[in-house]
Amino acid sequence: MAKTKPVEDLTYEQAFAELGTIVEALELGDLSLEQSLERFERGQALALHCSQLLEQAELKLSQLTPADGGGYDEIPFEEEG
Amino acid sequence: MFQSSFLTGEPSVWSVAELTRYLRSLIESDYRLQSLWVRGEVSNVSRPSSGHLYFTLKDAGATLRCVMWRGQVAQQLNLPQDGQSFEVHGHLSLYEAGGQYQLYADRFRRAGEGELYQAFLDLKDRLAAEGLFEAERKRELPDHPRRIGIVSSPTGAALQDALDVLRRRYPLGHVVLAPSPVQGEAAVEGLIEALAGLQERQIDVILLIRGGGSMEDLAAFNHEGLARAVAASKVPIVAGVGHETDFTIVDFVADRRAPTPSAAAEIAAPDRQALADLLLSLQRRLAGSFQTELEAGRWQLAGLAGRLRAASPRAQLANRRQQVDAFEGRLHSSLKAGLRLSRSRLDGLQATLRAVGPPAVLARGYAVVRDSAGLVVRSVGQVNPGDPLELRLADGTVGADVTGVEADSR
Repeated sequence: MAKTKPVEDLTYEQAFAELGTIVEALELGDLSLEQSLERFERGQALALHCSQLLEQAELKLSQLTPADGGGYDEIPFEEEG
Repeated sequence: MFQSSFLTGEPSVWSVAELTRYLRSLIESDYRLQSLWVRGEVSNVSRPSSGHLYFTLKDAGATLRCVMWRGQVAQQLNLPQDGQSFEVHGHLSLYEAGGQYQLYADRFRRAGEGELYQAFLDLKDRLAAEGLFEAERKRELPDHPRRIGIVSSPTGAALQDALDVLRRRYPLGHVVLAPSPVQGEAAVEGLIEALAGLQERQIDVILLIRGGGSMEDLAAFNHEGLARAVAASKVPIVAGVGHETDFTIVDFVADRRAPTPSAAAEIAAPDRQALADLLLSLQRRLAGSFQTELEAGRWQLAGLAGRLRAASPRAQLANRRQQVDAFEGRLHSSLKAGLRLSRSRLDGLQATLRAVGPPAVLARGYAVVRDSAGLVVRSVGQVNPGDPLELRLADGTVGADVTGVEADSR
């Protein structure tokens, strides 16, 4: 199940989407206490992960350069000044 | 009226005013001189405090004085400067007091721009007729563009402006720059190749941007080849070319048009603060969903008799409920005040969530009681002395047997 993937490995979009699914499931209220407990804790972990990503993210930059055999390579972009 | 003398053969004598007025009427009666374009090199530009604009147009053989009244000067985007080649439109007349014929100008443009502009209009009409500008062709931009392509000059201000916006608003993104000259001879081919290079690289949206300039400077963005490449792109394109008032063909073909390069970046990328607000609202719902569960009494909380005698569960719940309401109220008003979510606030939120969540409830001594069939025991009527029970505590389970049953008297 996708849900067992460690929270830290998820991208922002994946974590945010799963958090939304968990909240909806909990609001429906069909789950047992143990299931709800487990989802709630996972939801908290996802929320924390998202929040950390938002605060710590740094824009990544790369640039296309022509590759030897045709086509392009992506290399890190060096900014000037 | 002038004196004519057929009989004597002497030339008639004009007054200066009569002659000047005659010349003026000659000029004003020639319809070709009432609306005309004149091209020449600008010199002697002067703009006295009256606000009117005086200048001359000259070429190898002659000089023409020009004037534009201040009301019309205010409407012009680019004023002529000494040495520039300009085309000026207006009507010719004669300023009697100065004995000077003048061109009374109502508009002007850089020389050569006339043809460029006409070509722009022709291409625009042709592509519009092919349906390339239709609203239905324009695609929605992705909500979370992970990879953002930028086609621009690597040394231009447009790129820096866009990167500044993206760093501030959406640092989660990954920018892939496809560099190209944005004016001059190599521009069109460079831009087309840059767009092509970004097509198969999992790019979610492309910004096609450059800073402001004259019509010649922006010419590449009015080129048919580039327009067709933009139309054919599999990736949605946001065009941010020049200043707010500059419209190029590419602006019409692109999926979105932005007035400036910075605006293009803002349109393409979501705002980090908006994402944080969404996250906060989900967290509130997460906490709120448990509140609802507790109130509905879905889960049975049975206390061990000894520990529960001191405090009534109902009072504990009401207390917690009030705390969460107050906390939510504070959250709500601080959201309205638009404060940024900082780490310490998040920690505070999480601490409170932990306090009201089920793990904390169990940790305070509540247990979930099940019978031998695994059903949750909610009432004394479900068990008899001697029945085995399983108690789920915060850190494990306990087996117990019912020693006695006593219903509360109310």
